[in-house]
Amino acid sequence: MDTVIQIRDVVKHYGNGASQVRALQGVDLDVRAGEVLALMGPSGSGKTTLLSIMGCILRATAGSVKIAGREMVGLPESELPRVRLQHFGFIFQGFNLFPALTARENVEIALDLKRLPRRQARGRAEELLAGVGLAEKAASHPADLSGGEKQRVAIARALAGDPPMILADEPTAALDSASGKTVMTILASLAHQRARALVIVTHDPRVLGYADRVVRMADGRMLAEAEQIAELVH
Amino acid sequence: MTTLAVKNLFHDKVRLSVTLTGIIFALVLIAVQFGLFLGFLETSANIVTRSGVDLWVTAPGLPHVNGGSAQPERRRYKILAVPGVAKAEPYLLSFANWKLPSGAKESVQVVGYDLESGLGGPDALIAGSADGLRGDDTVIIDEHYREKLGVTALGQAAEINGVRARVEGYTQGMLSFTTAPYVFTSFKHAQKYMNLPRTQTIFIVVRLARGADAQTVKRLIAAALPDCQVFTNAEMAWKTQSYWVFSTGAGITTLMGAVLGLLVGMVVVAQTIYAATVDHLREFGTLKAMGAANRYIYRVIVEQAVLSASMGYVVAIVVALLVVHAARGGDAPILLPAPVAAGLFGLAALMCVAASVISIRKATEIDPAMVFRV
Repeated sequence: MDTVIQIRDVVKHYGNGASQVRALQGVDLDVRAGEVLALMGPSGSGKTTLLSIMGCILRATAGSVKIAGREMVGLPESELPRVRLQHFGFIFQGFNLFPALTARENVEIALDLKRLPRRQARGRAEELLAGVGLAEKAASHPADLSGGEKQRVAIARALAGDPPMILADEPTAALDSASGKTVMTILASLAHQRARALVIVTHDPRVLGYADRVVRMADGRMLAEAEQIAELVH
Repeated sequence: MTTLAVKNLFHDKVRLSVTLTGIIFALVLIAVQFGLFLGFLETSANIVTRSGVDLWVTAPGLPHVNGGSAQPERRRYKILAVPGVAKAEPYLLSFANWKLPSGAKESVQVVGYDLESGLGGPDALIAGSADGLRGDDTVIIDEHYREKLGVTALGQAAEINGVRARVEGYTQGMLSFTTAPYVFTSFKHAQKYMNLPRTQTIFIVVRLARGADAQTVKRLIAAALPDCQVFTNAEMAWKTQSYWVFSTGAGITTLMGAVLGLLVGMVVVAQTIYAATVDHLREFGTLKAMGAANRYIYRVIVEQAVLSASMGYVVAIVVALLVVHAARGGDAPILLPAPVAAGLFGLAALMCVAASVISIRKATEIDPAMVFRV
């Protein structure tokens, strides 16, 4: 499988001097197309910071971040939105849907960013919603959807631009077990059948069953295999 | 993007109402205050702008058209000798007292003009005729001031400076900026009312020959009569307007009101748009995380501002036109000509876009990493 994200010796510091927080301290990681990678670890371990750096939302303080073989460190700030638009779909714990828009319009907006003509965007949004089992909810507003349905709309939106990489932050945290299972089934099949890289930051042990690889983090570092076993035991 | 701008705008109807109320209030205030200002400009110099005169010749030191002093009438013969002059006639404009039937007195402005040429005469008669001024002691007043001057019917007698006068006709819309209405009469009657010697006049008004250039003829008259002042009609109008509207402070006050309206509107709109932007920060952050460039977000905010301006403008212009209509019968007309009404839309859009600048800055500064915080 091709490596689509390559992280080497990435460091991320917040703030300066005595109040400086060392969120990441020399992380190396490869993410390959078609795999489901779960990033686990306690709060403050650096998972979300790593996810943000992978998604070109945050800049690393030092190290190398390559997306589809292209070095992101040193790229001008104005280039990053285009990289995100081209390579990534994001799924958030809080869904982050636009409350004033219907489910279909929430998906359409991602296609609008890609400058797809409105009529085509509408058809594609309906296809995507049908793909996550929400064809009949296309005209519903987020307030009228359950948590699981909202997250499925968010998945449809993340897929709208047909990105090769999906980054998901705690996608099941706000869902009951049935909804969480549905969401994970959709996401895992997406990665496996359509060869997309899926990185999931999670605390949820239910996710482990769907992951091809689990990476554990603590104190801004990735734990070695022995350490991971020790942590699992504890 | 338009969908997001429109839907976000209508999603919070209370906030939209507050925004629109602010815009409508500001625009109506601006329209009324600026309309009053235009009304002041119009009424302060309508005796000039509606006179049909091309050049005004006066004694030196004239502050405005209502403040002329006497000069020899025979000067008009010198003026008539100037190339480009078709007519030069005496003209009188002076304050006088009008005695009401009750015995009370009202201040009026007597306008005496040459009946043959009609230069400086009334232009909008709705009753009687200018020919009627050829009769003894006849005058024409504006219908708006009938009650003020105690006139109930044509033919009614009154007194101007103790000399008999009889109302022969009515004009319409010949309002006075001061509290003294215009009373039109023949130049000879005016001399009698003002006790002015037969050899004196206040102005000599000039009609140019066809094709003559006003500035050229003005210079020639000034050269022929070095102890006189010569003004084109536009110069006399501006001199009068600038005196009444600006020197007295009346115009500045109304203009300040319009500026205040603009500022109030901007503050209200800025506050509501800013509050709406802050409420939608997470959504803008999500857009940025999804790959939207800053300009995409600017456009959403600006579209909302222009949409708000458009909706506010439609209501405001209707309200302003109602106010203009209601003010029609009053002493202070409010003018809202089509170019001003159209310009008001541009101002509304500008006000709302300017008000959204702070919000745009706020949205630009969003850290897209906020989307990962719950």
